[in-house]
Amino acid sequence: MLLFDQLQTYLYLALVLFAIGLYGVLARRNLIAVLISVELMLNAASINFMAFNRFLAPHPAVGQIFTLFIMAVAAAEAAIALSIIIAVYRKLQTVNIDQATELRG
Amino acid sequence: MSAWLSPQHLAAAAFVLVVALTILGAVIAVAARKIFHNVLGLALALFGVSGLFVYLNSPFVALMEILIYVGAICIAICFAVMLSEPQYLPRPPRNPLKIQAALAGALAVFIFLGMLLKKTTWVPAPERSSDWSVITLGHYLLTTYSLIFELISLLLLVAMLGAMVTARGGRSRGALKR
Repeated sequence: MLLFDQLQTYLYLALVLFAIGLYGVLARRNLIAVLISVELMLNAASINFMAFNRFLAPHPAVGQIFTLFIMAVAAAEAAIALSIIIAVYRKLQTVNIDQATELRG
Repeated sequence: MSAWLSPQHLAAAAFVLVVALTILGAVIAVAARKIFHNVLGLALALFGVSGLFVYLNSPFVALMEILIYVGAICIAICFAVMLSEPQYLPRPPRNPLKIQAALAGALAVFIFLGMLLKKTTWVPAPERSSDWSVITLGHYLLTTYSLIFELISLLLLVAMLGAMVTARGGRSRGALKR
């Protein structure tokens, strides 16, 4: 049994990618770096969909369509997030999440 | 020598390379100090993920991955990097406590999901179609999943308009001179 013909390989790889992305979301303070980490987590989810689609699903088109939809939603999310980051920078002159705290009571 | 150059060995070697690229890119995207290096690492990881999609039997999705993620999202992030904080400013030092806490949290999730993955047995569907063509994909998009397709188009339109409106705020004359 070859390594790339097993479902488990892809699932563990997606898990590693997800954990790296989660660490980035928790540890980084730059808003853009947080967005990059979220993109990594979304990609881990895509790999899971494609792996289940390849090894388990009754019809192979469904998982691919799911992955395409994830990509479209990720593109929309990135556009909105980046425009919000630019607006925050214009308003507060920083993209650091520890310094951009307008709502603090 | 010829045994090492068999197609399966080459495929296995290329797979290991793709996996290494993905994980290396992800680590650079998260750990590098400069934000521009993070973007480059993300691009590397996304190339690796698209290679994985080729191994998962769908070169179409792999091409879309490169087109949308590397071609669109990474470039958009580059623009955001250029339009926001200047790179030469001194950055505040990292807080080691926060790094350790984040590492512990991510490790906890990793171990939990890994144990879950180890315990689960996956059962393939009893009848599996072997129709991998892009034509079928197109048929599905315009018949069974047409409503979601339209919704996604609407979502992209709304997101585009929303991004323009949000990023335009405060761009009147003199707003940057504060």
